[in-house]
Amino acid sequence: MAQRSPGGAASDLAIELKRINKRFGPVWANRDIDLKVKRGTIHGIVGENGAGKSTLMSILYGFYTADSGEIYVNGKLEHITDSRHALALGIGMVHQHFMLVDNFSILENVILGVEDSALLASSLAKARKELKRLADEYSLDVNPDAIVQDVSVGQQQRVEILKALYRGADTLILDEPTGVLTPEEADDLFRVLKTLREQGKTVILITHKLREIMAITDTVSVMRQGQMVTTMPTAETSPEKLAEAMVGRRVLLRVEKGPAHPGKPLLEVKNLVVADDLGVDRVKGVNFAVRAGEIVGIAGVAGNGQSELLESIAGMRDQKKGDVVLSGQVLSLEGDDGAARARAAGLAHVPEDRQREGLVTQFEEWENNILGYQNDKAYGEGVFLDIGAARKQAADRMQKFDVRPANPRLKTANFSGGNQQKIVLAREMEQDPDVLMVGQPTRGVDIGAIEFIHNQIVKMRDAGKAILLVSVELDEIRSLSDRILVMFDGHIVGEADPATATEGELGLMMAGVPPEQAAGAKVSADLMPNGGNP
Amino acid sequence: MSARRPLPRWADVALLPFLNLVLAMIVSGIVIALIGQNPFDAIRIMAYGAFGYGEGIGFTLHFATDFIFTGLAVAVAAHAGLFNIGGEGQAYLAGLGAIAVGLLLDHTSWLLVLPLAIVASAAIGGIWALIPGYLQAKRGSHVVITTIMFNFIASAIMAYLLVYVLKPMGVQEPSTANVVAAGKIPQLRQFFPFFGEAPLNMTIIFAILALIFVYVLLWRTKLGFAMRTMGHNPSASLYAGISNSKLTMIVMTISGALAGMVAVNEVLGVQSRIVIDITAGYGFVGIAVALMGRNHPVGIALAAILFGALYQGGLELQFEMPAITRDMIVVIQALVIMFTGAMEGLLRPGLENAFMVFGPKQRVEAAMRETVGTEG
Repeated sequence: MAQRSPGGAASDLAIELKRINKRFGPVWANRDIDLKVKRGTIHGIVGENGAGKSTLMSILYGFYTADSGEIYVNGKLEHITDSRHALALGIGMVHQHFMLVDNFSILENVILGVEDSALLASSLAKARKELKRLADEYSLDVNPDAIVQDVSVGQQQRVEILKALYRGADTLILDEPTGVLTPEEADDLFRVLKTLREQGKTVILITHKLREIMAITDTVSVMRQGQMVTTMPTAETSPEKLAEAMVGRRVLLRVEKGPAHPGKPLLEVKNLVVADDLGVDRVKGVNFAVRAGEIVGIAGVAGNGQSELLESIAGMRDQKKGDVVLSGQVLSLEGDDGAARARAAGLAHVPEDRQREGLVTQFEEWENNILGYQNDKAYGEGVFLDIGAARKQAADRMQKFDVRPANPRLKTANFSGGNQQKIVLAREMEQDPDVLMVGQPTRGVDIGAIEFIHNQIVKMRDAGKAILLVSVELDEIRSLSDRILVMFDGHIVGEADPATATEGELGLMMAGVPPEQAAGAKVSADLMPNGGNP
Repeated sequence: MSARRPLPRWADVALLPFLNLVLAMIVSGIVIALIGQNPFDAIRIMAYGAFGYGEGIGFTLHFATDFIFTGLAVAVAAHAGLFNIGGEGQAYLAGLGAIAVGLLLDHTSWLLVLPLAIVASAAIGGIWALIPGYLQAKRGSHVVITTIMFNFIASAIMAYLLVYVLKPMGVQEPSTANVVAAGKIPQLRQFFPFFGEAPLNMTIIFAILALIFVYVLLWRTKLGFAMRTMGHNPSASLYAGISNSKLTMIVMTISGALAGMVAVNEVLGVQSRIVIDITAGYGFVGIAVALMGRNHPVGIALAAILFGALYQGGLELQFEMPAITRDMIVVIQALVIMFTGAMEGLLRPGLENAFMVFGPKQRVEAAMRETVGTEG
């Protein structure tokens, strides 16, 4: 008989971790972690990048083995050897990036790897029945015959949850589940999670969105630098307290900014049509203007043409039709060096994917500091690079933007996400452009750095620059923007005022509902802990 | 989960190639033993033949001159993310430039012939590489495929020209006319009798200059910056306003020009004319030289000398050990190319693990990457 967990009421704990240690070399990824997850609750785990959340969950799910420590599942000491073993113990995981076969049906995906026999027919019939039961029990409706690539991201996530339930999971681990969802879909997900809780399942939710923690969890644990800082009932905490616990100091969650004083339009986009690499139109006739001294945010679910819009304005992608006008001058962006002309005309661009576009991660930091501006006279006359000048400037900017470590000779790949983003921001902002385009300014960036980056963007606005902001983080758009444009399927659905528009309205617009209809719609209570205020 | 860390630089540029070389030597030794010869004698003869006396050194450096040019050609393209396999054809066709200058200016001075021949052969080599560059930049035909094809085209063109157009009356063998006076690049043996009869000539000065040129180009100029940006990350160069298509054509031209300079060494430095297959595979060896030299001019210089030694030592071995035929020399050369070039990654994982175990600093950094890198 297995050893019982000490401490009486063990049976109401679905998972208990005791003194878990995991070292990678001399670095403690997890140090003396204790965690108790009550059965039938939703337990949130928050922490910055590198805090050790994923390592801890990987240990629980059998990807890693802990160096020391004990794992109790339903009160029983277990040595989880791999993820198959974890599943057998009723622990299922929904990954941030779905593990689905795109061109299989939902049913086929659900039985993938757990087929009963070489012939599929009986498994499929059984799974169809089981799926029906699960759908009824947890209100997880899906069409089992739909092909995965044809259904929405929210539906795909349901398939992942169904997969775990089909395999008998009692405890579900969800890793950043709402990163790819619209607010509507996130709402749906939370409804599902609540139903799961009602039916006695246990949910462990890893997220960095404090608002979600507040809205849905029963208990929340905060990790910092490999250690468990605190665990408390969600009702007894606040986003501010959680942020402080995560970072280890007081953090301002709201962006401090005064009213905008917009001037004349600096960036005008006229009837722009842009196709993607496959020739499919992704931006379908877009018109807008960004004036000096204002931040215009473009909200939308990822993949509705925002990326192509940014790339086209930046000169990285040919436009099929329409004009980009910068300070009254029509930009000629044809050819594959359009980005150089856009820069020369006074446009700076912080790209959405800094590692793929904004940086050469194999370069030393100072080399990335001149990327895009390498032909400037500041970095040498004629054909030669003035390496001394470039390094000196890089060092100065690293000081100014608090990039750590402040060593311009260090390989860029060795900086953290937040510091890499600061390197890009420093480069683009210090050029003193007229127009600044920023895509996903804080993706993968720690809370402490987010505050700094937001302040820098506001500072640029107050210096009279026109700023175009694209982000999939609706909170970020709402708190930074002076005006919000909502993009859906390549069109701008409408404009919203961040001061008055509710999350529900924006969410509906992001799903393609025109603003006049969205304004009257009912707003879900789940996501609105403070009555819809930002 | 294994967290590997790239090797420290010294191990990457020195230890790994050395171990690969040792591995190649061991396998070659086994092959030599299998045909009933003493492998230690063979290695001794090769080493002596390559470095043991003046003439041997002269031959080694002569071959190294070729390999520096072709190795640099591959390296320059590689830094921009392009794989130029066409060095052989570029060098072969460039012979036309060298011989044209040599014949036209045969009555002047080598001081005029040498630089002009360099320019002419570089121009022809460059143009021959520019065409595949253009086809990739504007038409999307991959340079790996087109440069291979262009080797065959160059070979066919040269065979046609040598047989039907350039062969002087009364000569049996397909070749051009000979340069006889100023067209002959001065041999270093004329100044240093130490080199015996070796064909080492003034072209080696241009090889050294080419090494310096490539270093400055890549790491000290704006063009080199753009090249390395494109080579590491073509999306970032698009973002940076660098025209990838123009740059592809420029880089291929520079690469072909470097390969073309081989022609001066062989045509005006050795043969005084063009004969069939005068480039003798040096263009292909350049790929192995660049790989072994880690695409860095210093590494390329060392790798070029090693391959020069291999060529020269091989010739000596063939002479001294009659049981080892010319084919056997090719086998040994192929083994070295295979282990140092094509399979240079063979020992890398093991070596990285060894460093993981024995180097505390490496372990710290690997752990940092692991923990930071996998957090969601």
